[in-house]
Amino acid sequence: MLSVSDLHLSFGGIKALQGVSFDVREGEITGVIGPNGAGKTSLFNAISGFYAPSEGTVRFDGSDITGLAPDKRAQLGMARTFQNIALFRGMTVLDNIKLGGHTRLKTGLFSAFRYFGAARAEELELRRDIEERVIDFLEIDHIRKYPITMLPYGLQKRVELARALAMKPRLLMLDEPVAGMNREETADMARFILDVQEQFGTTILLVEHDMHMVMDICSQIVVLNFGQQIAAGTPDEVSQNPAVIEAYLGAAA
Amino acid sequence: MINGNLKASYGADERVLNNRNKQMFVYGCLLLLALFPLFADDYAILMACKMGILLIAVVGVNVLTGYTGLVSLGHGAFVAIGAYATVVLSNLFTALPEGVLPFVVVPCAVAISALVGIVVGLPSLRVKGLYLAVATLAASFIVNFLIEQELFAPWTGGVVGINTPVPNLLGWELDTKREMYGLITVLAVLTLLGTQNLFRTRVGRAFIAIRDRDYSAEILGISLLRYKLMSFAISAAFCGLSGALFAYFYARILPEQFELDLSLELVAALIVGGMGRTMGPVFGVFIVLIVPELIKISMGFATGGDLEMQRYTAPVQEIVFGLILVFFLLKEPLGINQITDRILRSANRWPFARG
Ligand SMILES: Nc1ncnc2c1ncn2[C@@H]1O[C@H](COP(=O)(O)OP(=O)(O)OP(=O)(O)O)[C@@H](O)[C@H]1O
Ligand SMILES: [Mg+2]
Repeated sequence: MLSVSDLHLSFGGIKALQGVSFDVREGEITGVIGPNGAGKTSLFNAISGFYAPSEGTVRFDGSDITGLAPDKRAQLGMARTFQNIALFRGMTVLDNIKLGGHTRLKTGLFSAFRYFGAARAEELELRRDIEERVIDFLEIDHIRKYPITMLPYGLQKRVELARALAMKPRLLMLDEPVAGMNREETADMARFILDVQEQFGTTILLVEHDMHMVMDICSQIVVLNFGQQIAAGTPDEVSQNPAVIEAYLGAAA
Repeated sequence: MINGNLKASYGADERVLNNRNKQMFVYGCLLLLALFPLFADDYAILMACKMGILLIAVVGVNVLTGYTGLVSLGHGAFVAIGAYATVVLSNLFTALPEGVLPFVVVPCAVAISALVGIVVGLPSLRVKGLYLAVATLAASFIVNFLIEQELFAPWTGGVVGINTPVPNLLGWELDTKREMYGLITVLAVLTLLGTQNLFRTRVGRAFIAIRDRDYSAEILGISLLRYKLMSFAISAAFCGLSGALFAYFYARILPEQFELDLSLELVAALIVGGMGRTMGPVFGVFIVLIVPELIKISMGFATGGDLEMQRYTAPVQEIVFGLILVFFLLKEPLGINQITDRILRSANRWPFARG
């Protein structure tokens, strides 16, 4: 579904990505791991269109999207969350999630001014869809009217996932969804991610430091180190790869 | 959330006037506006008309600055475009029957404003904050410069200004201030209502998203290009409508009425009233127009109507007004709207707790 080939990206002298190539298969959970500064977030930014790679291509559903703007990629069905939460902090949880519905809605300027009629019907339908498919699903109904700033970190992460799910994405990209969470919150989040894949059939690309979680839920893993892709394969293959053990697992053990 | 209003359906939960106090406040205000001409004197009507005209423009600036986070110091120019387009087009379309002229001229004036707004908004895709403010300021200088040119004087009247037509709505001549009050009030209320509606839909939410975190907006599929320009178009259109009413309200318009002072007044009213809030512009316009009047009146009392004394008190009035603005900004940085929020909140909880 998503295919990255020979991606290069650098910031001045820093080579953030040097020839990264992998495929994300439809309906599966693919993990990206690597030590701090390995280039995982940079990879996400290149895939979602914030950084233009100096070489290489990004393909989605077979078509080349390397030069496409981020909002156009979202319209194709790509959603993502950010490592350091990028919610709209002044808004309520509900408004944040509603924004996820933007591309699926049709209301134009003039019917928005009138509101009553088509715009209202669409808004109520959006509300119903969000309540049933996202808010109930992620168990956040008790906080829907809260402003983001009042929520603890773990719940903010969950709301960001909710906003992405409101987009009904085909590819969901999660940048460290459990970073900074305690054990219980991590287990909850892992369960939600698996449920998203199983219930909605969403394809997931996941960056994570938590090795246990990656090994548990991913069917394919890509390993980066200093911008280079040092391994790719199933969790078993990757965890037995000597280069990986040296660069990553060895350091952690 | 602690309140006594359990919502039965999503429709009920999505209502704007979601409790008795808000409903009573809004319906009370509307009733007051409708009855106002029955008991108001000419001076009160004049002030109300001025407020209505300014309000429509401030609501426009609110869409752009308050909700989309794009600062403009040049929106007085769109009021000028609306006003001048109304006069120039009225003089050009003499073939049309008088009674339908405003129905053609005003939409054209609003559309011209909106189009110029889109052009002026183009830099917003590249620059933000102060740089954008300066770009809009420059654009407004160009507009004012063009209006004053001798070359266009046959149409615009140049620096000495031009007489304006009396609006005729399907045979009804609005040749008194009291009649203009009706037109201005209806349009001002519709503008507020339309804006309130806008922010209940995806379009308005997209503006707020761009203001709060533009890259997050993009990741949700919101085109910055499209929505920033749309915001500029809406705000310029409202200012254009305000200008059209300005032209109809006064017997004559002059270029100097639309210069930097006006642009700053729009921004000041918005900040004092409360940015990004529906009622912010209402409170702001009230402060910006009524407070100076109150100061003038009380100074008049203090000097006992002595004209010689008033020569000296005139600058004092400006200083006092400036101090009042500064006081409000320090005390309520989020505007007057913040004060009314508190009152409404404690009214909702009454009689259970104070908040
Ligand atoms: N906008 C930027 N400008 C300059 N350098 C950058 C930028 N973004 C990333 N880098 C550099 O690129 C390299 C890769 O960073 P990246 O954030 O992609 O790593 P990461 O794998 O996500 O790390 P972490 O595990 O800490 O999140 C780092 O050396 C980083 O300093
Ligand atoms: Mg990272």
